[in-house]
Amino acid sequence: MAEYQNLFTRVQVDAPHYPGVPHDPPGIWKRGVKASANYWLGKIGDAQIGPFYLGTTGVLSILFFIIAFEIVGLNMLASVNWNPLQFVRQLFWLALEPPAPEYGLRLPPLAHGGWWLMAGFFLTASVILWWFRTYMLARRLKLGTHTAWAFASAIWLFLVLGFIRPVLMGSWSEAVPFGIFAHLDWTAAFSLRYGNLLYNPFHALSIVFLYGSVLLFAMHAGTIMAVSRFGGEREVEQSLDRGTAAERAALFWRWTMGFNATMESVHRWAWWFAVLCTLTGGIGILLTGTVVDNWYLWAVKHGVAPAYPTTFEPLPDPATLPGAPQ
Amino acid sequence: MRDIIRNGAALIAAVGLLAACGERPPIETEQLGYRGTGMEQNVNPRIMAKMVAANQVGPVQPAADGSGPLASEVYQNVQVLKDLSVGEFTRVMLSMVDWVAPVGQKDCTYCHNSENYADESMYTYQVARRMLQMNRDINSGWKSHVGETGVTCHTCHRGQPVPPYVWFIDPGSGRENAFVGTRAGQNSAVTGLGITTIGHSSLPYDPYSPFLLGDMPIRVNGPTALPTGNRSSIQQAEWTYSLMVHMSDSLGVNCTYCHNSRAWASWEESRPQRSTAWYGIRMARALNNEYMVPLTDAFPQHRLGPKGDVAKVNCQTCHQGANKPYYGASMAKDYPELQGAKALPVAVPTDAAAAAAAPAATPDAAAPAAAAGAPMARAASERPGAAG
Repeated sequence: MAEYQNLFTRVQVDAPHYPGVPHDPPGIWKRGVKASANYWLGKIGDAQIGPFYLGTTGVLSILFFIIAFEIVGLNMLASVNWNPLQFVRQLFWLALEPPAPEYGLRLPPLAHGGWWLMAGFFLTASVILWWFRTYMLARRLKLGTHTAWAFASAIWLFLVLGFIRPVLMGSWSEAVPFGIFAHLDWTAAFSLRYGNLLYNPFHALSIVFLYGSVLLFAMHAGTIMAVSRFGGEREVEQSLDRGTAAERAALFWRWTMGFNATMESVHRWAWWFAVLCTLTGGIGILLTGTVVDNWYLWAVKHGVAPAYPTTFEPLPDPATLPGAPQ
Repeated sequence: MRDIIRNGAALIAAVGLLAACGERPPIETEQLGYRGTGMEQNVNPRIMAKMVAANQVGPVQPAADGSGPLASEVYQNVQVLKDLSVGEFTRVMLSMVDWVAPVGQKDCTYCHNSENYADESMYTYQVARRMLQMNRDINSGWKSHVGETGVTCHTCHRGQPVPPYVWFIDPGSGRENAFVGTRAGQNSAVTGLGITTIGHSSLPYDPYSPFLLGDMPIRVNGPTALPTGNRSSIQQAEWTYSLMVHMSDSLGVNCTYCHNSRAWASWEESRPQRSTAWYGIRMARALNNEYMVPLTDAFPQHRLGPKGDVAKVNCQTCHQGANKPYYGASMAKDYPELQGAKALPVAVPTDAAAAAAAPAATPDAAAPAAAAGAPMARAASERPGAAG
């Protein structure tokens, strides 16, 4: 029994499935009641699977996602002449590209970006419907809507990359391709084209919040697991009625860095770091090309990029020399 | 005991993962720029030793006597090397057998009709003549790229009739007009030619056609912090990226061999090697357009690419994985015959074009514009091309 009280438990409790609280308003869809248990899932989380509740938004979202997924996947499969072996072998290389720059914001032929537009539309619709589902489920369960707003921050970055910024730039070609290496190449090319994104202060903020989220996650998870022998995983109880777990955890961090978050505030830290990561990232992408064309030169102009001495004798741009081949 | 087994298994797994990374240490780092700028070269001495062994200069024939009658006076139909003595001329011919003729036919008959050495009917004869002009043009007209190191036939050919690294226009995936699954010239592990893509990337796989045959702009960065009309696209940046990866691959160097990666476009922060590379791009483009493409019809079908195009040069054709061909050893210095045409002390041949070109030429002319030695060489300023 002592072992069960720890987060890393080797005991799995087998009890009647918990159907959950009734939700309100009930909605037009009948809630599922069926549930099962999986021993291996119980190793990493709750062993209970289900009951599920999809609702209109959930069903439509999944449908639209499947459409987008199929458009991308079938285009990839077609690009290797419908060869399933090559599809598997080259999966990381394959992609569905946005239209070429000459199409601007016009509707291109299907094979030259039209499929990309369609996939983008259905994927966006799917993501937004899933957001509504997240929001509505939270409301029905009388929860706060923190998850929905955090998700909205990620959707903001997604929309900036694939829709808002391309529209402002007047070209679908500015958007990200669907593909594993292709979207990484796009990321590199985006930075190359706009003079080094590392000098974009919003990109810098986004990285701070990204790595900061990882750090906070590790610190928090480490702390809670470390004090779980004192019941520290009962964080809500501990934040209302501070026990020795909370005291020891707090003291540990004060000894370490002179300051500690609380059982309650650490979750606000984590939420804001996660939300600000994509929020600032989206702003950084939105400003690129629309407001700033060359981030390196922008950073030089504003005294952000330091000047380093060179250890070699740089030569002038050959294209500017008289009589140069062009 | 369980701990030992568990830790042992973890160690084996970790070593296995490291081994899968491909390159066994040591990897030595050489600093090339100011500290903190990350301008450095990574060199694995074990791999470098193999590369050096594979990039040795080719056979060099004993030096020839430059005096005596000119080859053009003794032999018939000498059009390019007419400024050479018979000894020098023969030396070049014998060298070309070593450098270019295929294994199993290392003799004159790969290019010459053994009945009549002046016979122009063999395609190899016609191509070789043009290649000699090209070689002299490179050594005299492209010192901006090859410096005083120069090139010989062997720099590219390495003992083979077709240099080991040439390129053909990519025929595409065959789905360019298909309803679904167009690739846009990228997003594939293999090119339309069935070879591995540049750097195993999913970048556009034929950057040679737009940049080393055509003159699509390479620069995508704008000159100002705020937008002032630079409409280069991200897709264009991917094509440039692909060309740059090709150069990195071909020269066996990192990006920072030339660039400071914080500001790719900045010449003030680039090493002087970037300037050499800049001329190299123009040189490859000029050689393809002035020498290779006009030879298309001379070649038999089996030497042409799938689009019926001639084999063309890119950075790898000469460099073959070395930052400088043969890691900087000059083979051409032993071949004054392959520098620009010598000034003739005696009466020049009757050919009007050669008569016009020859007096201006000196073997040691330093400035590229002055060394208009080879018949095809033109002043650098006259070269065609566009912004890049």
